[in-house]
Amino acid sequence: MPAEAKREPIATRHAYGDALVELGEHDEAVVALDADLAVSTQSIKFGNRFPDRFFNCGAAEANMMSIACGLAATGKRPFCSTFAIFAAGRAYDQVRLGIAHNELPIVIGASHGGVSLGEDGASHQMIEDIALMRALPRMRVVVPADYNQASRATIDAYESAAPTYLRFGRPSTPIVYDEIPETLGSGIDVLRTGKDITLVATGHMVWRALDAAEALAHDDGVEAEVLNVARVKPLDAETVLESLSKTGVAVTAEEHRVVGGLADAVREVAAEQHPVPIFAVGMGDEFGVSGTGEACMEHFGLTARGIADRAREALVLKPIVSRPPLFGPEWT
Amino acid sequence: MADPAANLARVSHLRPVPDPKPPPRPSEPGRRPEPTIPELERWATVLRGECVRMLAVAKSGHLDSSLSAADIVTALYYRVLRHDPARPGWPERDRFVLCKGHAAPIQYASLAHHGYFPLGDLMGLRQIGSQLQGHPDMTRTPGVEVSTGSLGQGLSMCVGICLALRLDGLDGTAQVFGLLSDGDCQEGQTWEAATTAVHFGLTNLTAIVDYNHLQTDGTTEEVMDVGDLRAKFESFGWDAVEIDGHDMAAVVDALERSRALERPAAIIGQTRKGRGVSFMEGRFGFHGKPPTPEQAADALAELEAKLEEQTRALQAAGEER
Repeated sequence: MPAEAKREPIATRHAYGDALVELGEHDEAVVALDADLAVSTQSIKFGNRFPDRFFNCGAAEANMMSIACGLAATGKRPFCSTFAIFAAGRAYDQVRLGIAHNELPIVIGASHGGVSLGEDGASHQMIEDIALMRALPRMRVVVPADYNQASRATIDAYESAAPTYLRFGRPSTPIVYDEIPETLGSGIDVLRTGKDITLVATGHMVWRALDAAEALAHDDGVEAEVLNVARVKPLDAETVLESLSKTGVAVTAEEHRVVGGLADAVREVAAEQHPVPIFAVGMGDEFGVSGTGEACMEHFGLTARGIADRAREALVLKPIVSRPPLFGPEWT
Repeated sequence: MADPAANLARVSHLRPVPDPKPPPRPSEPGRRPEPTIPELERWATVLRGECVRMLAVAKSGHLDSSLSAADIVTALYYRVLRHDPARPGWPERDRFVLCKGHAAPIQYASLAHHGYFPLGDLMGLRQIGSQLQGHPDMTRTPGVEVSTGSLGQGLSMCVGICLALRLDGLDGTAQVFGLLSDGDCQEGQTWEAATTAVHFGLTNLTAIVDYNHLQTDGTTEEVMDVGDLRAKFESFGWDAVEIDGHDMAAVVDALERSRALERPAAIIGQTRKGRGVSFMEGRFGFHGKPPTPEQAADALAELEAKLEEQTRALQAAGEER
């Protein structure tokens, strides 16, 4: 069913738009809603193909989420899209009660997540959405790494029939997966194996983590293992612990606040079951700024070099603080 | 688990409102019993009594908000709604959404009297293990269409239901009724939904406002005056009428009339908070406060007297006929 795999850099949000059309062909119950951002979120592709099943709600995101609740309660399969800032921020209460609490099969396609949306600045750069959505009971949180995985993630969200928050990005990003993966699997893919350090990345930081691993191998002779966490919640703790017990130290990387985000998700698992040093690359206690998307990423150190540097710091600390594992991975 | 029987025992000192007649048979599509206006008024009294007892046991909840809505909710469940308790998921049913979710007791009483769940379950309200949550919960309670309780969201949910019904070709048969409060009309989202309903050309949506003029911190006029709601809905492109929300005949007429309209319909029901319990009626200070055992006993005595009077009048009318 999935559309064609892409080979050239392209934004993950395009995968949402393309997969949505596929799903619309497959199931008449699929409906799409947007809040005056249909071109940006790419839901316009669905709107052009199925105008009767597309509802542009105007700049009223809270209203859109509650309308989706009514649609799903009456047997439809709504996909709601807008910028991440409005989906997770403005409409939080509507998502909480109408979607998560009711455990309705509603997919939130949140585009323009993180600071890489660039010029619009702090008011639009959503860096808390993973934390907000992860805190919601019954909600799944998925941040795909590239177009091909984003395509699978959109279809997986439909198939799971669970309330799902999908986070997409604005800029074109390099392809990580050669083909559209058959499945999201456990939610974590080990993209590169290594024994010295674990790099745990999500979304736009995955290809950067792969670049960082390459640099570490080339410049430092360090063998880094790279984990792509597409499904941040529920998190595949087993794969994380397996890697941590092998390497004994990790760096997380996300285009998001480290508080409540991927860093905390990984630290929660590690702190309880296999405490090792875990350093984080992400947004600190700060808001974004205006600039080109790439300049914003540079500004906040959300780069391959940022990850590699953090890894080098972690590796210095590793012999001091790490110790033999308390429990092996089989313990989990 | 909540034990309804034990809870009933806890209020044995309160005189229960007797249920002198069995509940009506479930409405069947195309063959629906039509209770008369006096019969509906009597049912409203029965349901009010249930609310008092539920709140007295739960020692928590919104009694006065339930009482102000009692006549409207009775008119809906006992006369206007096409529904079938044996098939809560019947696709062609009318939908009722209690946007003012805090008035859940009056909806629960209606649902229980129609057989959606046993009457005894009412006494589990707001307690651990009960399916009757403080605010309506679609995941737990049969007959609840969507979860509500966060003001302002309900009318949007109604819009979503209307859109789904239209896609299924059912908008000509199934009407969606949303019951809002003054507080709902203070929330901006209600007006987003009102805009949307007209823009999408909905023909099967009825919004009823239980305009009781009292809220948590004072009168609605003092706290945040929502003004002329009929004019506001009209200015949004709705058909809007204003009625006495306790005049059963007017309520039934307005609800039935709204079904025939080809655009969204608003019914502004002027009501009094705590209606039917004289020490509470129109008085500030009862919102979200359960009655004390003494207040509950007084309220039930008043409602029981009213019920006896209404029952006698119905019997007399029946003999005349």
